[in-house]
Amino acid sequence: MDETRKTYDWDAIRGRLRSEHGRRFWRSLDELSDDPAFETALRQEFPREASVMDSMGRRKFLQLMGASLALAGVTGCGSRGHTPEKIVPYVQKPAALTPGMPLYYATALTFEGFARGVLVQSNMGRPTKIEGNPQHPASLGATDAFMQAEILSLYDPDRSQSVTYRGNASTWGSFLSVLRGDVERQRATRGTGLRFLTEPITSPTLAWQIGEVLRAFPEARWHQYSPCAGFEHQGAMQAFGEPVHTIYHFDRAQIVLSLAGDFLSSGPGAVRYSRDFNALRRVRAEKAEMNRLYCAESVPSLVGAMADHRLPLKPEQIESFAYEIARALGVQVQSSLPPSGVPESWSKALVSDLEQNRGASLVVCGEQLPPHIHAVVHAINAELEAPGKTLSYTRPVQAEPFDALESIKALSRDIGAGRVSTLIIIGGNPVFNAPADLDFGDLLARVNLRVRMGLYEDETSAHCHWHIPQTHELEAWSDARAFDGTTSIMQPLTLPLYAGRSPHELLAEMHGNSGRNSHEIVRHFWMTQRREGFEDFWKKSVHDGVVEKTAMETFTPRLKPLAAAPQRKEATGLSVVFRPDPTIHDGRYANNGWLQELPKPLTKLTWDNVALVSPATAERLGLENRDLVTIRSGERRVQMPIWIMAGQADDCIALQFGYGRTRAGRVANGAGHNAFPLRTSAAAWSSSDVEIRKTGEMYALAATQHHHSMEGREIIHTSTLEEFRHGLQEDAVREAAGGQKQEVSETQTVPAPVLHNVAAEEPPVEPTEPDAVSHPQTHRRTGHGEHAHPSLLKEYAYPGAAWGMVIDQTVCTGCSACVIACQAENNIPIVGKDQVARGREMHWLRIDHYFSGELSNPRSNFQPMLCVHCEKAPCEVVCPVNATVHSAEGLNEMVYNRCIGTRYCSNNCPYKVRRFNFLQYSSHEPAIELMRNPQVTVRDRGVMEKCTYCVQRITAARIEAKKQNRNVRDGEVITACQAACPADAIVFGDINDKGSRVAKLKGEPHNYGVLSELGTQPRTTYLARVRNPHKALTPSPTPTRGEGSKEERG
Amino acid sequence: MAQIFHPSANTIFRLALVLMFLTAGGVVYGALAMDRTPYMTNVDVPVEQPIQFSHQHHAGGLGIDCRYCHTTVEQTAFAGMPTTETCMSCHSQIWTGAAMLEPVRASWNTRQPLSWNRVHDLGDFAYFNHSIHIAKGVGCSTCHGRVDRMQQVWKTHTLRMEWCLQCHKDPASSLRPKNEIYNMNWQPPSDPQKAAELQHQLAKENGIRPEGLTNCSTCHR
Repeated sequence: MDETRKTYDWDAIRGRLRSEHGRRFWRSLDELSDDPAFETALRQEFPREASVMDSMGRRKFLQLMGASLALAGVTGCGSRGHTPEKIVPYVQKPAALTPGMPLYYATALTFEGFARGVLVQSNMGRPTKIEGNPQHPASLGATDAFMQAEILSLYDPDRSQSVTYRGNASTWGSFLSVLRGDVERQRATRGTGLRFLTEPITSPTLAWQIGEVLRAFPEARWHQYSPCAGFEHQGAMQAFGEPVHTIYHFDRAQIVLSLAGDFLSSGPGAVRYSRDFNALRRVRAEKAEMNRLYCAESVPSLVGAMADHRLPLKPEQIESFAYEIARALGVQVQSSLPPSGVPESWSKALVSDLEQNRGASLVVCGEQLPPHIHAVVHAINAELEAPGKTLSYTRPVQAEPFDALESIKALSRDIGAGRVSTLIIIGGNPVFNAPADLDFGDLLARVNLRVRMGLYEDETSAHCHWHIPQTHELEAWSDARAFDGTTSIMQPLTLPLYAGRSPHELLAEMHGNSGRNSHEIVRHFWMTQRREGFEDFWKKSVHDGVVEKTAMETFTPRLKPLAAAPQRKEATGLSVVFRPDPTIHDGRYANNGWLQELPKPLTKLTWDNVALVSPATAERLGLENRDLVTIRSGERRVQMPIWIMAGQADDCIALQFGYGRTRAGRVANGAGHNAFPLRTSAAAWSSSDVEIRKTGEMYALAATQHHHSMEGREIIHTSTLEEFRHGLQEDAVREAAGGQKQEVSETQTVPAPVLHNVAAEEPPVEPTEPDAVSHPQTHRRTGHGEHAHPSLLKEYAYPGAAWGMVIDQTVCTGCSACVIACQAENNIPIVGKDQVARGREMHWLRIDHYFSGELSNPRSNFQPMLCVHCEKAPCEVVCPVNATVHSAEGLNEMVYNRCIGTRYCSNNCPYKVRRFNFLQYSSHEPAIELMRNPQVTVRDRGVMEKCTYCVQRITAARIEAKKQNRNVRDGEVITACQAACPADAIVFGDINDKGSRVAKLKGEPHNYGVLSELGTQPRTTYLARVRNPHKALTPSPTPTRGEGSKEERG
Repeated sequence: MAQIFHPSANTIFRLALVLMFLTAGGVVYGALAMDRTPYMTNVDVPVEQPIQFSHQHHAGGLGIDCRYCHTTVEQTAFAGMPTTETCMSCHSQIWTGAAMLEPVRASWNTRQPLSWNRVHDLGDFAYFNHSIHIAKGVGCSTCHGRVDRMQQVWKTHTLRMEWCLQCHKDPASSLRPKNEIYNMNWQPPSDPQKAAELQHQLAKENGIRPEGLTNCSTCHR
């Protein structure tokens, strides 16, 4: 973190990008600006490592040193056995449980109400790790970062632990007596003053219960609100006149246009969509084909980062663009909107692609775009013959589709008019995240009885009389439906840790099922659904995690004629768009340290939110990174630090909400700035005519973008599909001509498609230089000892397995599920903002983000970076105590007990993947200790650590294989990151087994090892990032420098 | 001026030097020797248990198989400790009133588990797995000694890394035929040549590859 004020020289930065010798790949503006202070900071391996001692004077230091010397001998005493450990066997062993063997239970976790199926690992009754459920349509075995992090939320010691009345501890019993009294009063008035506020609900049981309550109290009302709810429902109503839910089939779409639709990182189907979308994107020598993605968006997102062509457009430009595309495709639309300004070549290429792929193309509409754009997109999709092919329409999956803004506004009106006497809020956090113009917190004071059920005693609880601790989804029975309607019965993994109650139990008190627990309620509901063979049905459904044949039936709704585009006042000046935070969502994960410390995929910021502005806007307004600014819209204002984001639409500030929590827990409180005060019900997703003013202060941000920098060496390889095919052809010709040669030197005849090398200051391909950089084929190795590099290091034979990994950069979306999966699997601690700013984050797996191309609209490249397990490992030879050693299977092993913390290994690691416990980061809080993976040592202060290739999983598989006297089979060892990856970008296995997936991938022409020119022989290799740009928008297959950016600019 | 030191001071000084080094060496040697005594390692020291359970009686006298109580020894890392139910499967029929068994009955009636003192306590950073050792032909008595002759159980080996490594460097020497794993009386053939042949054959049968056995990650992760 550099807090010194500096001003970017924008012309110099642009000049550098354009110049012949400019950097082709860059990570941030600071790097581009070539600021000497930045360079110095970068060179520090461990920045400011001594600064924890800053506050300590010399005298104090000497005193402490003296004391520790004097006490040094004391540690030798009393080593004779600690207190003897106990073994406590069961009185009666639970069925199915074998002590020492983890069990997996199928259940589901909800996101915005929608289920995503998971298998939860339980170690002797302690849930410890979440994996995807391969049978569940929204997961297919993969997860996202939120699902992975739920395990930490489950144990979070800051969750509310008792019923409170006006902030004082109370009991469920006393609450019930109050509630029953109120229910009796309400019964007399048929529930006139009774209101419920929930989040979106898909649970059939909960929907039935709410229906029962509403039948008992016909005048009562049920409201739903979520700050993230977009306009899908209203859009469908405009297009079809009835509620319709859209399901995409990306696995059938050759051409996809996303209008600000971030289908890869948010939304109930994101995990599945990522798998489907990337199924058509994997490029292999025998299948050199891929889909094409166009994207127009205001705020850089993962979809934009994946896109073959991306345009930064302001929200109103996107609206115009939607109409333009519709008109070009022959859809009847009336619009007098000003032109979008999209380059003609761009829209021409897009339209021709869409037209030529009727039935295999798809337009995705961003949830946050206004309803009439949704309607236009439905019409476009109909024109493209998408329904039934690349998308399907179903009836709504939600129990009751709703208009979130209307619903909360109606509730606020009722409260304001004094029509509400009892309000029951289940989940959510409306006081924090309801539109600011409603003043929801103040309004609540007008309700006589306010009951809140929630995981945390948060901002909303503070405004309520009663707070009831809610059970976590892994603590109670429930059910929920997936994005395609498939129902899951959710089973608990543990009894409630903190005396929580489930929403089912609360509602049961109001519809005459008093005293029933969630298991009885959910079972009772399903019994009414399936009368015959119920026990078998129940067992199978609970076991599988899905209820068979519950996916929604598709149907073809009739399109209504499109209404004319609404007139719009031309926006001038700055506008603001709102987005949920990429890692803590709407604030619900704010107290989850894993998600707080997870670098945001594109900005790589941790622990904070920012106002994103484009470089041009920043230049115009004289803004710098970390400038604290006041953003005003009328009377409403927020303070926010500035982050200059290449690729952000000009004159458009992106605010990410979810931060600035005040009553969320120890982790969340005080982190970031609250963007909700600027968000009104009239302008929920974008607001124009805002003012921005510098406060003159700088705000410290902790970004990991430059940590562990690899100095701009040749790291990322990219190529276009055309170049890839071209390379394959050339190689085929070469092979045909010189087939004889193959026997002489295998490496020379390997297909070598043209790869853009990324040497910082060197031309991309230097055929005259006979080194590894210019000969991608020499990176390609499937076995050992093929390298020509002379080495002083020991040669190892790997007679058994040789573990290796391949990461396909073409399909990596940067979603970061792997980072959290790794953290959960390997007991990796969080370190806090201050330590992150010092470069001390502990993630074993990080995702490097590289920009390339123009400042205004760069391409994004993601590269997951973890220990590559060098066969000639530079770290091993410098350890003075043999704490990092080479195994017979090629693992680069870390022995924590030997490590004395010299950190030489990290100094010598060219990949910067080693992490040092500078302080005691591992928490010994009892609740957190319960969460730990028992198969992985918890590291304390002073120890180096790094990716082990999930050696605990390898060992478990090896032991099982050895018991059966066989080798480990391909696919038996799945690392945590690989298991989590929605895109299936990570493949792990034995490269000595020539039939294994990983060995085959290592034979692909675009396989290369990062920095393998150093002779490290990394076991983790990468498949070059391949893009599929439209011919008309691409420069010639062998691009010259400086033209690369044409691709996006058109 | 008279000499301050008598000529013998040289000798005394030399002696003192030698003594100093000897003492330092002695202290180190003593500490190391001390470290290997049963006082430090707990080898051969019976561990008190809440119940006077006798392996000598149950395993030696009655001939109950190890796996009757240690049920998971062939499946998982943990050999398994008998549940109260296991004890009660016999002791609800025999010795139903014995005072010695009062804690077992109390556990059964109150559903409160018994709490045994661990005898073989490895460091938490070592991940030992029973099942693979059993599967590859390492017998119980190889590590645990003649448990069938112990009233109260004690460690017969230090369980220190050097002790583990003896076998991991030369695994064949500790193997026995699969059907003899639980046989406490089993001895390798007394003829050294026959013993070596048997070891060789067992190592081959079990597919033992010693090269991976001394990898750190075999036991530490």
